[in-house]
Amino acid sequence: MDGDRTDGSSPTHDPTGDSSLDDDHASDDRFVDGDLWAGVRDVSPLMLGIVPFALVAGIAAVDAGLGLAEAIGMSVIVFAGASQLAALDLLGSNAPLAVVVGTAVVINLRMVMYSASIAPYFADYDRRLRAGLAYVLTDQAYALSVAEFDENPGRSRWRYYLGAGASLWAVWQVGTVVGVVVGTGVPDTWGLTFAVPLVFLALLVPAMKDRPTTAAGVAGGAVAVVAAGLPLNLGLLVGAITGITVGLVTEVVGA
Amino acid sequence: MTGAPSGAGSPRVWIAILLIGIATYGFRLSFIHLFGRIDEVPPGIKRPLRYVPPAVLAALVLPDLMTLRPSVAATLLDERLIAGAVAGAVAWRTENVFATIVAGMATLWLFRFVVFA
Repeated sequence: MDGDRTDGSSPTHDPTGDSSLDDDHASDDRFVDGDLWAGVRDVSPLMLGIVPFALVAGIAAVDAGLGLAEAIGMSVIVFAGASQLAALDLLGSNAPLAVVVGTAVVINLRMVMYSASIAPYFADYDRRLRAGLAYVLTDQAYALSVAEFDENPGRSRWRYYLGAGASLWAVWQVGTVVGVVVGTGVPDTWGLTFAVPLVFLALLVPAMKDRPTTAAGVAGGAVAVVAAGLPLNLGLLVGAITGITVGLVTEVVGA
Repeated sequence: MTGAPSGAGSPRVWIAILLIGIATYGFRLSFIHLFGRIDEVPPGIKRPLRYVPPAVLAALVLPDLMTLRPSVAATLLDERLIAGAVAGAVAWRTENVFATIVAGMATLWLFRFVVFA
Protein backbone atom coordinates (compact mmCIF):
# COMPACT_ATOMS: atom_id res chain seq x y z
CA MET A 1 0.00 0.00 0.00
CA ASP A 2 2.92 2.34 0.65
CA GLY A 3 4.78 1.28 -2.45
CA ASP A 4 3.04 3.63 -4.88
CA ARG A 5 4.44 6.84 -3.44
CA THR A 6 5.98 7.74 -6.77
CA ASP A 7 2.85 8.13 -8.87
CA GLY A 8 0.83 11.33 -8.70
CA SER A 9 2.05 12.68 -5.41
CA SER A 10 5.46 14.09 -6.21
CA PRO A 11 4.55 16.43 -9.08
CA THR A 12 2.03 18.17 -6.82
CA HIS A 13 4.73 19.02 -4.35
CA ASP A 14 5.30 22.72 -4.68
CA PRO A 15 8.23 24.00 -2.64
CA THR A 16 6.80 27.51 -2.54
CA GLY A 17 4.28 25.92 -0.29
CA ASP A 18 1.40 28.27 0.12
CA SER A 19 -2.10 27.15 -0.51
CA SER A 20 -3.76 30.06 -2.24
CA LEU A 21 -2.23 29.53 -5.68
CA ASP A 22 -2.98 25.95 -6.55
CA ASP A 23 -5.84 25.42 -4.17
CA ASP A 24 -8.62 27.78 -5.15
CA HIS A 25 -9.49 26.60 -8.61
CA ALA A 26 -7.50 23.81 -10.04
CA SER A 27 -6.48 24.29 -13.60
CA ASP A 28 -4.86 20.91 -13.90
CA ASP A 29 -6.87 17.74 -13.57
CA ARG A 30 -3.87 15.63 -12.67
CA PHE A 31 -3.59 17.54 -9.42
CA VAL A 32 -7.24 16.96 -8.58
CA ASP A 33 -6.84 13.24 -8.96
CA GLY A 34 -3.43 13.13 -7.32
CA ASP A 35 -4.35 14.87 -4.08
CA LEU A 36 -7.86 13.50 -3.75
CA TRP A 37 -6.58 10.02 -4.45
CA ALA A 38 -3.77 10.41 -1.92
CA GLY A 39 -6.39 11.09 0.76
CA VAL A 40 -8.42 8.05 -0.29
CA ARG A 41 -5.29 5.89 -0.37
CA ASP A 42 -3.95 7.01 3.00
CA VAL A 43 -7.27 6.50 4.77
CA SER A 44 -7.89 3.03 3.32
CA PRO A 45 -5.93 0.99 5.91
CA LEU A 46 -7.96 2.72 8.65
CA MET A 47 -11.10 1.14 7.21
CA LEU A 48 -10.04 -2.11 8.88
CA GLY A 49 -11.15 -0.47 12.09
CA ILE A 50 -13.93 1.73 10.69
CA VAL A 51 -15.90 -1.14 9.15
CA PRO A 52 -16.45 -3.04 12.44
CA PHE A 53 -17.13 0.31 14.15
CA ALA A 54 -19.88 1.11 11.61
CA LEU A 55 -21.34 -2.40 11.80
CA VAL A 56 -21.56 -2.07 15.57
CA ALA A 57 -23.27 1.31 15.19
CA GLY A 58 -25.91 -0.37 13.00
CA ILE A 59 -26.32 -3.33 15.36
CA ALA A 60 -26.56 -1.00 18.37
CA ALA A 61 -29.27 0.99 16.58
CA VAL A 62 -31.36 -2.18 16.16
CA ASP A 63 -30.72 -3.14 19.80
CA ALA A 64 -31.92 0.29 20.92
CA GLY A 65 -35.16 -0.17 18.97
CA LEU A 66 -34.40 2.14 16.05
CA GLY A 67 -35.64 1.42 12.56
CA LEU A 68 -33.52 1.53 9.41
CA ALA A 69 -34.49 5.13 8.62
CA GLU A 70 -33.59 6.30 12.11
CA ALA A 71 -30.29 4.42 12.06
CA ILE A 72 -29.34 5.95 8.72
CA GLY A 73 -30.61 9.34 9.89
CA MET A 74 -28.33 9.18 12.90
CA SER A 75 -25.27 8.12 10.89
CA VAL A 76 -25.85 10.88 8.32
CA ILE A 77 -26.86 13.70 10.67
CA VAL A 78 -24.53 12.96 13.58
CA PHE A 79 -21.72 11.10 11.77
CA ALA A 80 -19.62 10.60 14.91
CA GLY A 81 -19.28 7.00 16.01
CA ALA A 82 -18.40 7.19 19.69
CA SER A 83 -21.24 9.61 20.43
CA GLN A 84 -23.68 7.51 18.38
CA LEU A 85 -22.89 4.39 20.41
CA ALA A 86 -23.29 6.26 23.69
CA ALA A 87 -26.56 7.87 22.59
CA LEU A 88 -27.96 4.54 21.36
CA ASP A 89 -27.07 2.86 24.62
CA LEU A 90 -28.92 5.58 26.56
CA LEU A 91 -31.89 5.66 24.17
CA GLY A 92 -32.21 1.90 24.56
CA SER A 93 -32.32 2.17 28.34
CA ASN A 94 -34.92 4.95 28.19
CA ALA A 95 -32.67 7.63 29.68
CA PRO A 96 -34.06 11.19 29.75
CA LEU A 97 -33.60 13.04 26.46
CA ALA A 98 -31.39 15.66 28.14
CA VAL A 99 -28.97 12.94 29.30
CA VAL A 100 -28.87 11.31 25.85
CA VAL A 101 -28.11 14.62 24.13
CA GLY A 102 -25.81 15.90 26.90
CA THR A 103 -23.62 12.79 26.85
CA ALA A 104 -23.27 12.77 23.07
CA VAL A 105 -22.51 16.50 23.03
CA VAL A 106 -19.75 16.17 25.65
CA ILE A 107 -18.17 13.29 23.72
CA ASN A 108 -18.17 15.41 20.55
CA LEU A 109 -16.78 18.56 22.17
CA ARG A 110 -13.33 17.38 21.07
CA MET A 111 -14.43 18.38 17.54
CA VAL A 112 -14.01 22.01 18.65
CA MET A 113 -10.34 21.28 19.27
CA TYR A 114 -9.99 19.59 15.88
CA SER A 115 -11.79 22.49 14.23
CA ALA A 116 -9.43 25.01 15.81
CA SER A 117 -6.41 22.92 14.92
CA ILE A 118 -7.27 22.38 11.25
CA ALA A 119 -8.89 25.81 10.68
CA PRO A 120 -5.65 27.69 9.81
CA TYR A 121 -5.08 25.25 6.93
CA PHE A 122 -8.53 26.01 5.51
CA ALA A 123 -8.55 29.77 6.17
CA ASP A 124 -8.06 30.72 2.49
CA TYR A 125 -11.07 28.78 1.22
CA ASP A 126 -14.43 30.39 0.68
CA ARG A 127 -17.20 30.09 3.22
CA ARG A 128 -19.27 27.46 1.42
CA LEU A 129 -16.34 25.12 0.89
CA ARG A 130 -15.34 25.47 4.55
CA ALA A 131 -18.92 24.70 5.63
CA GLY A 132 -18.82 21.53 3.55
CA LEU A 133 -15.39 20.48 4.76
CA ALA A 134 -16.52 20.90 8.38
CA TYR A 135 -19.25 18.31 7.90
CA VAL A 136 -16.77 15.48 7.28
CA LEU A 137 -14.45 16.43 10.15
CA THR A 138 -13.70 13.23 12.08
CA ASP A 139 -10.89 11.95 14.31
CA GLN A 140 -9.37 10.04 11.42
CA ALA A 141 -9.72 12.66 8.66
CA TYR A 142 -8.36 15.27 11.07
CA ALA A 143 -5.35 13.31 12.32
CA LEU A 144 -4.35 12.08 8.85
CA SER A 145 -4.73 15.48 7.22
CA VAL A 146 -2.90 17.58 9.80
CA ALA A 147 0.02 15.13 9.70
CA GLU A 148 0.05 15.24 5.89
CA PHE A 149 -0.26 19.06 5.70
CA ASP A 150 2.84 19.43 7.88
CA GLU A 151 4.81 16.82 6.02
CA ASN A 152 3.82 17.77 2.49
CA PRO A 153 2.98 21.50 2.22
CA GLY A 154 2.49 21.30 -1.55
CA ARG A 155 -0.67 19.25 -1.24
CA SER A 156 -4.02 20.70 -2.17
CA ARG A 157 -5.29 20.52 1.35
CA TRP A 158 -9.00 20.42 0.77
CA ARG A 159 -8.72 17.71 -1.86
CA TYR A 160 -6.55 15.49 0.31
CA TYR A 161 -8.82 16.02 3.30
CA LEU A 162 -11.97 15.47 1.25
CA GLY A 163 -10.54 12.27 -0.22
CA ALA A 164 -10.08 10.93 3.30
CA GLY A 165 -13.24 12.44 4.79
CA ALA A 166 -15.64 11.43 2.02
CA SER A 167 -14.28 7.86 1.99
CA LEU A 168 -14.85 7.60 5.72
CA TRP A 169 -18.34 9.02 5.30
CA ALA A 170 -19.30 6.53 2.57
CA VAL A 171 -17.92 3.52 4.45
CA TRP A 172 -19.62 4.70 7.63
CA GLN A 173 -23.05 4.92 5.96
CA VAL A 174 -22.77 1.59 4.15
CA GLY A 175 -21.44 -0.10 7.29
CA THR A 176 -24.34 1.23 9.37
CA VAL A 177 -26.90 -0.13 6.89
CA VAL A 178 -25.18 -3.53 6.74
CA GLY A 179 -25.11 -3.60 10.55
CA VAL A 180 -28.84 -2.89 10.74
CA VAL A 181 -29.77 -5.42 8.06
CA VAL A 182 -27.38 -8.26 8.89
CA GLY A 183 -27.47 -7.72 12.64
CA THR A 184 -25.48 -9.74 15.13
CA GLY A 185 -23.88 -12.38 12.94
CA VAL A 186 -20.43 -12.24 14.54
CA PRO A 187 -20.10 -13.50 18.12
CA ASP A 188 -19.32 -10.83 20.71
CA THR A 189 -16.31 -12.71 22.07
CA TRP A 190 -14.32 -11.95 18.92
CA GLY A 191 -14.16 -8.38 20.13
CA LEU A 192 -14.16 -6.83 16.66
CA THR A 193 -14.87 -3.45 18.22
CA PHE A 194 -11.33 -3.63 19.60
CA ALA A 195 -10.22 -2.57 16.12
CA VAL A 196 -11.63 0.89 16.97
CA PRO A 197 -9.06 1.85 19.65
CA LEU A 198 -6.38 0.22 17.48
CA VAL A 199 -7.16 2.75 14.73
CA PHE A 200 -6.80 5.60 17.20
CA LEU A 201 -3.57 4.04 18.47
CA ALA A 202 -2.16 3.92 14.96
CA LEU A 203 -2.88 7.66 14.65
CA LEU A 204 -1.64 8.44 18.17
CA VAL A 205 1.84 6.91 17.98
CA PRO A 206 3.14 9.07 15.10
CA ALA A 207 1.52 12.14 16.73
CA MET A 208 3.89 11.69 19.70
CA LYS A 209 6.96 12.84 17.82
CA ASP A 210 8.98 14.77 20.43
CA ARG A 211 9.14 15.25 24.19
CA PRO A 212 6.27 17.74 24.65
CA THR A 213 3.87 15.85 22.35
CA THR A 214 4.79 12.56 24.05
CA ALA A 215 4.18 14.11 27.47
CA ALA A 216 0.82 15.41 26.23
CA GLY A 217 -0.18 11.92 25.10
CA VAL A 218 0.98 10.12 28.24
CA ALA A 219 -0.72 12.63 30.54
CA GLY A 220 -3.92 12.77 28.50
CA GLY A 221 -4.24 9.00 28.39
CA ALA A 222 -3.41 8.45 32.06
CA VAL A 223 -5.86 11.08 33.29
CA ALA A 224 -8.59 9.74 30.99
CA VAL A 225 -8.14 6.26 32.51
CA VAL A 226 -8.32 7.59 36.06
CA ALA A 227 -11.32 9.79 35.21
CA ALA A 228 -13.12 7.08 33.23
CA GLY A 229 -15.86 6.84 35.86
CA LEU A 230 -16.99 10.47 35.56
CA PRO A 231 -20.56 11.02 34.39
CA LEU A 232 -21.39 12.17 30.84
CA ASN A 233 -18.06 10.72 29.64
CA LEU A 234 -16.32 13.81 30.99
CA GLY A 235 -13.12 11.77 31.46
CA LEU A 236 -12.31 12.23 27.78
CA LEU A 237 -12.40 16.04 28.03
CA VAL A 238 -10.59 16.18 31.36
CA GLY A 239 -7.86 13.93 29.95
CA ALA A 240 -7.57 15.93 26.72
CA ILE A 241 -7.29 19.28 28.50
CA THR A 242 -4.76 17.91 30.99
CA GLY A 243 -2.70 16.48 28.14
CA ILE A 244 -2.62 19.79 26.26
CA THR A 245 -1.59 21.62 29.44
CA VAL A 246 1.18 19.13 30.21
CA GLY A 247 2.43 19.45 26.63
CA LEU A 248 2.67 23.24 26.95
CA VAL A 249 4.39 23.02 30.34
CA THR A 250 6.90 20.47 29.02
CA GLU A 251 7.63 22.75 26.07
CA VAL A 252 8.39 25.68 28.39
CA VAL A 253 10.37 23.69 30.97
CA GLY A 254 12.34 21.74 28.40
CA ALA A 255 13.40 24.80 26.41
CA MET B 1 -45.53 13.04 28.33
CA THR B 2 -42.32 12.01 30.04
CA GLY B 3 -42.92 8.29 29.73
CA ALA B 4 -43.14 8.22 25.94
CA PRO B 5 -41.95 4.92 24.51
CA SER B 6 -38.63 4.82 22.73
CA GLY B 7 -37.90 3.00 19.52
CA ALA B 8 -39.14 3.18 15.98
CA GLY B 9 -41.69 5.85 15.28
CA SER B 10 -40.99 7.75 18.46
CA PRO B 11 -40.28 11.46 17.97
CA ARG B 12 -37.87 11.16 20.91
CA VAL B 13 -35.31 9.39 18.73
CA TRP B 14 -35.50 11.97 15.94
CA ILE B 15 -35.33 14.86 18.39
CA ALA B 16 -32.19 13.35 19.94
CA ILE B 17 -30.63 12.79 16.51
CA LEU B 18 -31.36 16.35 15.41
CA LEU B 19 -30.12 18.01 18.60
CA ILE B 20 -26.91 15.94 18.69
CA GLY B 21 -26.40 16.51 14.98
CA ILE B 22 -26.83 20.28 15.17
CA ALA B 23 -24.49 20.59 18.15
CA THR B 24 -21.88 18.33 16.56
CA TYR B 25 -21.90 20.23 13.28
CA GLY B 26 -21.61 23.47 15.25
CA PHE B 27 -18.49 22.10 16.97
CA ARG B 28 -17.00 21.00 13.67
CA LEU B 29 -17.69 24.30 11.97
CA SER B 30 -16.80 26.58 14.91
CA PHE B 31 -13.17 27.55 14.30
CA ILE B 32 -13.15 26.55 10.65
CA HIS B 33 -15.76 29.26 10.18
CA LEU B 34 -14.12 31.76 12.52
CA PHE B 35 -10.56 31.54 11.16
CA GLY B 36 -11.77 32.39 7.70
CA ARG B 37 -12.74 35.80 9.03
CA ILE B 38 -9.55 36.66 10.90
CA ASP B 39 -6.24 36.91 9.10
CA GLU B 40 -3.74 35.50 11.54
CA VAL B 41 -4.24 32.78 14.10
CA PRO B 42 -3.13 34.28 17.42
CA PRO B 43 0.02 32.50 18.70
CA GLY B 44 -1.70 32.05 22.05
CA ILE B 45 -4.17 29.74 20.32
CA LYS B 46 -1.71 28.16 17.91
CA ARG B 47 0.69 26.80 20.53
CA PRO B 48 -1.75 24.68 22.53
CA LEU B 49 -3.26 23.34 19.28
CA ARG B 50 -0.03 21.45 18.60
CA TYR B 51 -0.90 19.19 21.51
CA VAL B 52 -4.47 18.44 20.47
CA PRO B 53 -3.71 15.29 18.43
CA PRO B 54 -1.63 13.41 21.04
CA ALA B 55 -3.72 14.53 24.03
CA VAL B 56 -7.15 13.82 22.55
CA LEU B 57 -6.21 10.60 20.76
CA ALA B 58 -4.56 9.22 23.92
CA ALA B 59 -7.62 10.17 26.00
CA LEU B 60 -9.77 8.29 23.48
CA VAL B 61 -7.55 5.20 23.28
CA LEU B 62 -6.28 4.40 26.74
CA PRO B 63 -9.63 3.96 28.54
CA ASP B 64 -10.49 1.37 25.87
CA LEU B 65 -7.27 -0.53 26.58
CA MET B 66 -7.34 -0.63 30.37
CA THR B 67 -9.52 -0.26 33.43
CA LEU B 68 -8.21 0.55 36.90
CA ARG B 69 -8.84 -2.44 39.18
CA PRO B 70 -8.18 -2.98 42.90
CA SER B 71 -4.84 -4.72 42.34
CA VAL B 72 -1.95 -3.81 40.06
CA ALA B 73 -1.82 -7.35 38.70
CA ALA B 74 -5.49 -7.34 37.76
CA THR B 75 -5.05 -3.96 36.05
CA LEU B 76 -1.99 -5.01 34.05
CA LEU B 77 -3.00 -8.60 33.22
CA ASP B 78 -5.66 -7.35 30.85
CA GLU B 79 -5.72 -8.85 27.36
CA ARG B 80 -6.71 -5.46 25.93
CA LEU B 81 -3.71 -3.73 27.51
CA ILE B 82 -1.32 -6.44 26.33
CA ALA B 83 -2.76 -6.30 22.81
CA GLY B 84 -2.57 -2.50 22.90
CA ALA B 85 1.09 -2.61 23.98
CA VAL B 86 1.97 -4.98 21.13
CA ALA B 87 0.02 -2.87 18.63
CA GLY B 88 1.67 0.30 19.97
CA ALA B 89 5.12 -1.22 19.51
CA VAL B 90 4.23 -2.26 15.95
CA ALA B 91 2.88 1.23 15.23
CA TRP B 92 6.08 2.77 16.53
CA ARG B 93 8.41 0.48 14.57
CA THR B 94 6.48 0.32 11.29
CA GLU B 95 4.15 3.37 11.23
CA ASN B 96 1.85 1.03 9.30
CA VAL B 97 -1.84 1.20 10.23
CA PHE B 98 -2.70 -2.16 8.72
CA ALA B 99 0.11 -3.97 10.57
CA THR B 100 -0.89 -2.21 13.81
CA ILE B 101 -4.50 -3.38 13.65
CA VAL B 102 -3.58 -6.95 12.61
CA ALA B 103 -0.98 -7.24 15.40
CA GLY B 104 -3.44 -5.88 17.98
CA MET B 105 -6.31 -8.16 16.99
CA ALA B 106 -4.06 -11.23 16.75
CA THR B 107 -2.64 -10.57 20.22
CA LEU B 108 -6.12 -10.00 21.65
CA TRP B 109 -7.35 -13.32 20.25
CA LEU B 110 -4.19 -15.15 21.34
CA PHE B 111 -4.69 -14.07 24.94
CA ARG B 112 -8.47 -14.37 24.98
CA PHE B 113 -8.76 -17.80 23.35
CA VAL B 114 -5.41 -19.44 24.25
CA VAL B 115 -3.41 -17.89 27.10
CA PHE B 116 -6.19 -16.72 29.43
CA ALA B 117 -8.75 -19.27 28.23
